[in-house]
Amino acid sequence: MAAHLSYGRVNLNILREAARKELREFLDKCAGSKAIVWDEYLTGPFGLIAQYSLLKEHEVEKMFTLKSGRLPSADVKNIIFFVRPRLELMDIIAENVFSEDKHHSSRDFHILFVPRRSMLCEQRLKEQGVLGSFINIDEYILDLIPYDGDLLSMEYESAFRECYLENDQTSLYHTAKGLMTLQALYGTIPQIYGKGDCARHVANMMLRMKREFAGTQNQILPVFDTLLLLDRNVDLLTPLATQLTYEGLIDEIYGINNGYVKLPPEKFAQKKQGEASKDLPTEPKKLQLNSAEELYAEIRDKNFNAVGAALSKKAKIISAAFEERHNAKTVGEIKQFVSQLPHMQAARSSLANHTSIAELIKDITTSEAFFDNLTVEQEFMTGVDTDKVNTYIEDCIAQKDPLIKILRLVCMQSVCNNGLKQKVLDYYKREILQTYGYEHILTLNNLEKGGLLKPQTSSRNNYPTIRKTLKLWMEDANEQNPNDISYVYSGYAPLSIRLTQVLARPGWRSIEEVLKMLPGPHFEERQQLPSGLHKKRQQGENRTTLVFFLGGVTYAEIAALRFLSQMEDSGMEYIIATTKLVNGTTWIKSLMDRPESQMT
Amino acid sequence: MCWSLRDGLRDSLVAAAPYGGPIALLREPLRRSPSSRPQLEIYSASGVGIASFPWKSGPVVHLGWTVSDELLCIQEDGSVLIYDLFGSFKRHFSMGQEVVQSQVLEAKVFHSPYGTGVAIVTGSSRFTLATNIDDLKLRRLPEVPGNTCLLFRFSGILSGFSWSLFRFSCILLGFFWSLFRFSQILSGFSWVKLQVLVESCSGSTPLQQDPCVLIGELDGVRIISSTNQELLQEVPLVCQDIFKIASMAPGALLLEAHREYEVTCLLACAWRVSKCLVLQAASFGKCFLTDFSPDQFVSTCRELRVLNAVRESSVGLPLTHAQFKQMTLQVLIDRLVYRQFYPLAIEICRYLKIPDYQGVSRVLKHWASCKVQQKDLSDEAIARAVCVKVGDSPGVSYSDIAAKAYECGRTELAIKLLDFEARSGEQVPLLLKMKRSQLALSKAVESGDTDLVYTVVNYLKNEMNRGDFFMTLRNQPVALSLYRQFCKLQEQETLKDLYNQDDNHQELANYYVTASYKEKRLESRLSLLQSAVDEYNKAKNEFAAKATMEALLALGLHKQAEQLYRDFRVPDKRYWWLKLKSLAEKEEWEELEKFSKSKKSPIGYLAFVEVCIKCNNKYEAKKYVSKVTPEQKVKAHLAVSDLEGAADAAIERRNEAEMGAVLSRCSASDRLVIDRLNRARAGAAKK
Repeated sequence: MAAHLSYGRVNLNILREAARKELREFLDKCAGSKAIVWDEYLTGPFGLIAQYSLLKEHEVEKMFTLKSGRLPSADVKNIIFFVRPRLELMDIIAENVFSEDKHHSSRDFHILFVPRRSMLCEQRLKEQGVLGSFINIDEYILDLIPYDGDLLSMEYESAFRECYLENDQTSLYHTAKGLMTLQALYGTIPQIYGKGDCARHVANMMLRMKREFAGTQNQILPVFDTLLLLDRNVDLLTPLATQLTYEGLIDEIYGINNGYVKLPPEKFAQKKQGEASKDLPTEPKKLQLNSAEELYAEIRDKNFNAVGAALSKKAKIISAAFEERHNAKTVGEIKQFVSQLPHMQAARSSLANHTSIAELIKDITTSEAFFDNLTVEQEFMTGVDTDKVNTYIEDCIAQKDPLIKILRLVCMQSVCNNGLKQKVLDYYKREILQTYGYEHILTLNNLEKGGLLKPQTSSRNNYPTIRKTLKLWMEDANEQNPNDISYVYSGYAPLSIRLTQVLARPGWRSIEEVLKMLPGPHFEERQQLPSGLHKKRQQGENRTTLVFFLGGVTYAEIAALRFLSQMEDSGMEYIIATTKLVNGTTWIKSLMDRPESQMT
Repeated sequence: MCWSLRDGLRDSLVAAAPYGGPIALLREPLRRSPSSRPQLEIYSASGVGIASFPWKSGPVVHLGWTVSDELLCIQEDGSVLIYDLFGSFKRHFSMGQEVVQSQVLEAKVFHSPYGTGVAIVTGSSRFTLATNIDDLKLRRLPEVPGNTCLLFRFSGILSGFSWSLFRFSCILLGFFWSLFRFSQILSGFSWVKLQVLVESCSGSTPLQQDPCVLIGELDGVRIISSTNQELLQEVPLVCQDIFKIASMAPGALLLEAHREYEVTCLLACAWRVSKCLVLQAASFGKCFLTDFSPDQFVSTCRELRVLNAVRESSVGLPLTHAQFKQMTLQVLIDRLVYRQFYPLAIEICRYLKIPDYQGVSRVLKHWASCKVQQKDLSDEAIARAVCVKVGDSPGVSYSDIAAKAYECGRTELAIKLLDFEARSGEQVPLLLKMKRSQLALSKAVESGDTDLVYTVVNYLKNEMNRGDFFMTLRNQPVALSLYRQFCKLQEQETLKDLYNQDDNHQELANYYVTASYKEKRLESRLSLLQSAVDEYNKAKNEFAAKATMEALLALGLHKQAEQLYRDFRVPDKRYWWLKLKSLAEKEEWEELEKFSKSKKSPIGYLAFVEVCIKCNNKYEAKKYVSKVTPEQKVKAHLAVSDLEGAADAAIERRNEAEMGAVLSRCSASDRLVIDRLNRARAGAAKK
């Protein structure tokens, strides 16, 4: 079921199994039949750890969504609340418990806090007078969730906002804790590098936590050689650009949530012979996307322009395989053919799905609007006219294109110009407020606070220097047979990944100047290994680096890291971890404030 | 014995704890004159004095020890006083109110799986029992007729190993009484038998000249007299075997000994006091057995060395191997620690290779807890000493030590010690308890654990007045921003106060904006927006102030849109876009045409073509095609599906990309156009 997690360089299934074991242990603590009341936000992340079948094995008979009022009736012995430690949720739970007591008195209550229990929340429950009603109050430490064979995510949506707008570093504490858990399972990571304030903070906490465990030495042979902690605000540009890999585009256009995507159903209608396709399905088609699907693993990281060729090549192979049946003469041959049939059929349906998705995406990427948008993005990234009001943006505002699209472009221009001239900035802001509504002033303030939008303070724009030194723009990006990471954005090489690449070779000392231009400190820490655990490296054996993006990472950046892992001479394999998988749209959305939405 | 007792054990109450425990001695317990009080003395098992003090309380009937080396002094009036090993008073309890009247005739202390118990018999022949003195529940048994004293003497012994039988009733007691008369029947319990035996012997044919005291041990009876201490044991079978054999032909027999014999040998030598001989034999015998694992041999030897060490008279814990096995190493170490033999305890831990967690660290913890109570040393000296000794030893919690220091009233020392604590989760609550909230806050912030910070903030909020609370937060930016987050969700009003206090006008303005959108009444919304304007002004955010002012006006005046846009300096371009779209949507085509001619369009005319097409009016769209700039001509023609026009424009401009674009729109029926374009392309290619 989760075999794809164990195929990679690092067996991430160990982490998943550890998480599942803990879940089972908690469920068994509440003897008898159970109903789980879910904080809805948690269902997605939990889906990556355990399916319903696991819960069912442990007598979970009903599942509800947490909402105020009375709990639905269910003939179970235990009611378990799975919640994040948030005060507003405590109030709802209290309401549930109060209205419950009058009707059934025999049900037992439990709370499972994810990822950590909180004194503040327990205090609130006490104030509400329900703390005593709970038999078990426990925590389920779910920080880093295995997302794919080489990818861990905390699925912590608001991390960037909390860190940079609200100065709330809770997510970083969870990050440090998660990394400690990871080290408990995969050994102490001997080298830690980092860039950015949050990275520094996380590293400090890790070292501090290590001191708390002093004496209990970790005796596991280290799996990771290096940990690289990167602040998202070191590279604000990359998420703003439109991703051009297959997976990146699926995320940009349809949004991938907890590994699932919902697609418009029309293209996936089953056309069976005889049946007229009168009633098209209306429910969106839900697909799980991960490396368990062979074809998807092959094409997900390709530039979209190379996906068509890959799909048609695959189509030929599959139909050739099916043609084999005509050559099968002997019983043995037929038997062999039949035994391969399920695998071939799965491959064929996978091919059909992805051909449909590719068609859907192609409709969009070939549109003029997409092309124009991309052109402007690339102009900004190459530094063309970034200091003036851009007419395309003006026109888009005038035509009231989606606000997030406008904000992405304006922010991008600001980042590529190291801030906008006050006049230009005010012009954009005024246009936006007058067109989309004055209430967006709060969002604009947020973007300024987060550094995505800012007035130019120093006269020098250092973006061109950064671009040239790190070779962020490659003119001749090869989309079909890439030789550089810049293929993921058809020319732009993500800054974050360039930093990672340079760290591996020749080292950060070579780009000291540029590092100073980017925000936050850069640092290196070493963690002592117990003697006897020093790895004896085989000749030609790759090193493994865990790259942790604090504040989110895009699929295109992941694709670029996978590309680096596969390069023959890189000598480095990368495992990726992040607080949340983001794209420009979801990222900007998380930074928006909508006062009217609070009105209801 | 090291002690020198003037009067021997005569006229004294004596009690010794099992497992080689300490001895308590109370001289002339019934002396009541205030001028000369009886003396209570505590000795180690080897007779080294530990404590001595005059007995100032009431007359004592009986002394006894608990399993954890606490001394129980049972008084005539039924109250029981508990002292620790060093003679300091710990607590007391009573065996019942009615005992004050009837007086305790006799008392016994006994040990059972439930703990240490006390049984008394009163002057009115009533039994009262407490099975576990740590969880006191008194049980009164009905009156017993007959010779209660004698009966009780025995029942006390019995209850030690067979409490459950005892509690049936006095009838059963009577039954046992009759059993006692035929004491041989009780042979199942060897030590009882022995004690009974010795006791009766000392009555008739004394083993010793002096009066002596007998203490039942697990595997024998300790006999303490004023000069000697002896252990009387039955010789176990294994030893009988060995020594029988050894007396015949030790070397030869050892040579032929098999594995079973080897094991027996070990067991036996562990028992014997004069063990060198047997050990040598075992070591010798071991050489001939290749498949015999030496582990058992080694560990037994190690344990014996430890037993020898604690048997030293300075330590005074005479234990047999069987007792040691029963009490476990953990308890032995605890006892050493309790008697403050820290170096010896640590040495034993290291020698027996006990994991630090259960061994050295535990000893260090006790040592440190004891150290912080030394009143003659300064805080600095103690903190330094503790830090040097304890260092980073795993499992030693500085907060536990600090808590101990705090208990003893040394708050400053506790704070110094807490500084060494790595786990903030432990550090912070104790600091709060000691009312060092500022320090607690900074430690919580340092830890990065936001829940911990919230906990302290919440505590401060309840403890301090508002002004002090805000001032404290001000010095801790992280805590302040977390509290702001809390207020954003829970206490909007407080949020405003916070911003006000910090003169944070920008955030205050944002706050008013948010609030205005939540407000339903127009008046309030306007006044909130006005406040926002004021704050933006104070924050010197000109842009925001102006924008808010405009929003305020728009909301309040319901002006004509056009007038508003003029007022608010809407750029021409956007104004044209807006007007174009709104006229086309309303299908006011004539107005649109007039508008297009009002002046030169700042957005060009392709926009006009496209907007008309969007509104499905090709006829109107065509009107604007001619006005479009040459660069956009092809696009304009294509927009109105005029392929020929598009082809003309493209050919005229000799633009290959545009020709291609037109071609891609042609279908098979447009032969003529296709031919023309192809010719033009070929012509262009030649040049």
